[in-house]
Amino acid sequence: MSPAASPAAKADPTAPLGAVQSRAVRRAGVGAWGAILLVIALVPVFADNPTITSIGVFTLIFMACASAWNGFSGYSGYISLGNGVFYGTGAYVLTYTAIRLNMSGGWSMFALVPLAGLGAAVVAIPFGFVALRVRRHTFVVITIAIFFVFQLLAFNLGFTGGSSGLTPPTPNWVGATFNNPFYYVAFGVLIFSILLFWGVRRSRFGLHLLAIRDDEDRARGLGVKVLRVKMTGFVLAAFVTGMGGAIFAFFVGQIFPQFAYDPVFDVTVALMTFFGGIGTISGPLLGALILEPIEQYLTIQYSIGSVYLIIYGVLFLLVLMFMPRGIVPSVGDWVRSLRARKWRQGDGGAVPVVVTPPAPENVPVGARGPE
Amino acid sequence: MSDLLVVDGLEKSFGGLQALSGCSLTLEEGSIGGLIGPNGSGKTTLFNIVTGYVRSDAGAVSFKGRPLVGGKPDQVFALGIGRTFQLTRIFARLTVLENMLVATQRREGWLRSMVRGSESTVEHERAMDLLAFVGLARLWDSSAGTLSYGQRKLLELAYVLIAEPSVILLDEPAGGINPTLIDEIRSRIVELNRQGTTFLIVEHNMEFVMGLCDKVTVMDMGCAIVSGPPDQVRADPRVLDAYLGSVEEASDDAGE
Repeated sequence: MSPAASPAAKADPTAPLGAVQSRAVRRAGVGAWGAILLVIALVPVFADNPTITSIGVFTLIFMACASAWNGFSGYSGYISLGNGVFYGTGAYVLTYTAIRLNMSGGWSMFALVPLAGLGAAVVAIPFGFVALRVRRHTFVVITIAIFFVFQLLAFNLGFTGGSSGLTPPTPNWVGATFNNPFYYVAFGVLIFSILLFWGVRRSRFGLHLLAIRDDEDRARGLGVKVLRVKMTGFVLAAFVTGMGGAIFAFFVGQIFPQFAYDPVFDVTVALMTFFGGIGTISGPLLGALILEPIEQYLTIQYSIGSVYLIIYGVLFLLVLMFMPRGIVPSVGDWVRSLRARKWRQGDGGAVPVVVTPPAPENVPVGARGPE
Repeated sequence: MSDLLVVDGLEKSFGGLQALSGCSLTLEEGSIGGLIGPNGSGKTTLFNIVTGYVRSDAGAVSFKGRPLVGGKPDQVFALGIGRTFQLTRIFARLTVLENMLVATQRREGWLRSMVRGSESTVEHERAMDLLAFVGLARLWDSSAGTLSYGQRKLLELAYVLIAEPSVILLDEPAGGINPTLIDEIRSRIVELNRQGTTFLIVEHNMEFVMGLCDKVTVMDMGCAIVSGPPDQVRADPRVLDAYLGSVEEASDDAGE
C-alpha cells in the first residue's frame, strides 16, 4: 500500500469483516456476482424443465433468507437459531390472509408477500425485545426456545388450522411455466435482500452492528444505542425472511406447523452462511447456491428426504477442515497470497513491502461467531 | 475554574467486598487530575460508576452541575464523558479507520444513521487527522486486531477523541508501554489539555502522574484519602503510609 499521501480519499469501509481486500479482487467479485445473477435470471427462459425451475425457486428463497440471516446474525454476532419464526409467520400471514380475502390464486397473491414480510417484522419486535437482552450462547438457546413456542402456537391456535394446516388458493397456470412467476418473485426478493444488506454494510448502522459483534459494551460506551441497533437489524432480517416464507407457502400450496415453523430451516440458513463465509455479503449467497440445489436434487432424485444430510455432513467436514472461515474469506486469502507471491517473483526478489493479508489469527474466531 | 466533575460519597460493594466506601473527589474544568492508589483501592470501580457501566449503591456524581447517577454508558458518553480501559478495548475485526468512525454518531438520530454511509468525507478527514495525531495514519486500513498493545492504547484514545468529549477518563494510559511511546502519549495529553480537554488519569507510573497532573488524588480502601498538588501529595505522611512507601523506590528507579 502507498504511504498515507491521501488516505482519506482512498478509505474504503466496505471491506467485509474489516479485513483488507484489494480493489481489483473486489471488483472481480462484484463482476462475477453480476454474471451469476444474470444467469440465474435467465434460467427459466432456457430451461423449461419444471424440475429445474422448482429447484431454482427453493434456491432463490434460501439465498434471500441466508443473506437476511447473515445481515443480522453475521454482522452482529448474535447467532439466531430462531429465524424459522419469521419464515413460518410469513407463510401463515400469506395463506391466512388469502383465505380470508377469498383470493383466487393468481398474480395478485404476490401482493401479499410484502405484507407477510411486515407480519414477520412485527413478530420480531417482541421476540427481539426478549431475546436480544442476552448474549452469545444464552441468545442462541433463547431463540430456539422461542421458535418452538411459535411452532406450538401454530399447532394449537384455531385460525392456523392446527395440525391439518392451511391451503392457500392455487393458481391455474399451465404446467411447464407454472414455476416461473414464483421464480421471478423469489428472484426479486433476493435482489431486494442483497441491496438491503449491502446498504446496511455501508451505513453507519452497519458499522454499529459490526462494532457490537466485536465488543458490545465498548460500543455502548462510545454512544452506540445497542438495543435499538440490534432490534433494527433483527427486524430487517425478519422482514426479508417473512417474504421468503410467504413465497414458499404459496409455491408449495399447503402449509403445516412443522414445515412452516421448521427447525431444519433455522439450522440451514445458519449453516449455509457459515459454509460460504459469515459476515461477508457473498458468503451466504454462495452457501445457499451450492447447498440448496444439492439438497433439492437429492430429495427429488432419491425421494428419501434425508440422503442430503449425509452429503451435507461430508461437505461440511471438508469445508471445516480446509477452510474453517468459510469459502469466501478463505478463497480471498488464497487469491491474495497468490498475487503477493507473483508480485515478489516479478520484482526479482525485492523486499516485499506489502499486501500482507491481515494477520488472520484473530479472524477464525470470528468466523465461528461471537466468543 | 469551575468544577466539571464532582463525585460525592460514592459507595459500592460487590458481595462482601467494599470497593468504594464514601469516595469523593472533584475535577476542575481544564485540568489534568491524577488518581493513584494501591491495586484494589477502587479507582477503576470509580471510573465504571461515573461512565455508567456499574451502578453505585449510594452517593452522587454530577457533571457540569447536573446529576449523573443512573445514566447508561451511551448516555454518559453523549453528555461528553469519554473513557479508555485499562485493558484496551478496540474493535479487533474492524479496520483502524472503522474503529475511529464508531463514535461519530454522538449527535445523530436513529433513522439518519441507517441511511447515511459510514464514510462521510468530513468525518473521514477528521478521523484521519486524529490518526495522524496519534501516529497511526499509515495503518488506517489495517485490521485493528493486528496493532500492538501500545498502538491499541493510542487508537483507543483517538477514537474517544473523535466525539470531542469535554472530559476523558484514562485508565492506565502508560501501563505496559515502552518509554518512547509513554512520552508520546504524555505529549498528546498535554496538547489536548491545552486545547481545553479535561483529563482524569488513573496510573501507577509515578513519574508520569506527578509530571503531568495539576492535582493528584490518592485512594485507599475505597476512599480518597488525600488530594492536592503533586508535591504536597508526595510528602503527605498518610500517602507514604498507604501507598508511596513502596513507590518512592519505584520513582527513584525510574529517575536513574
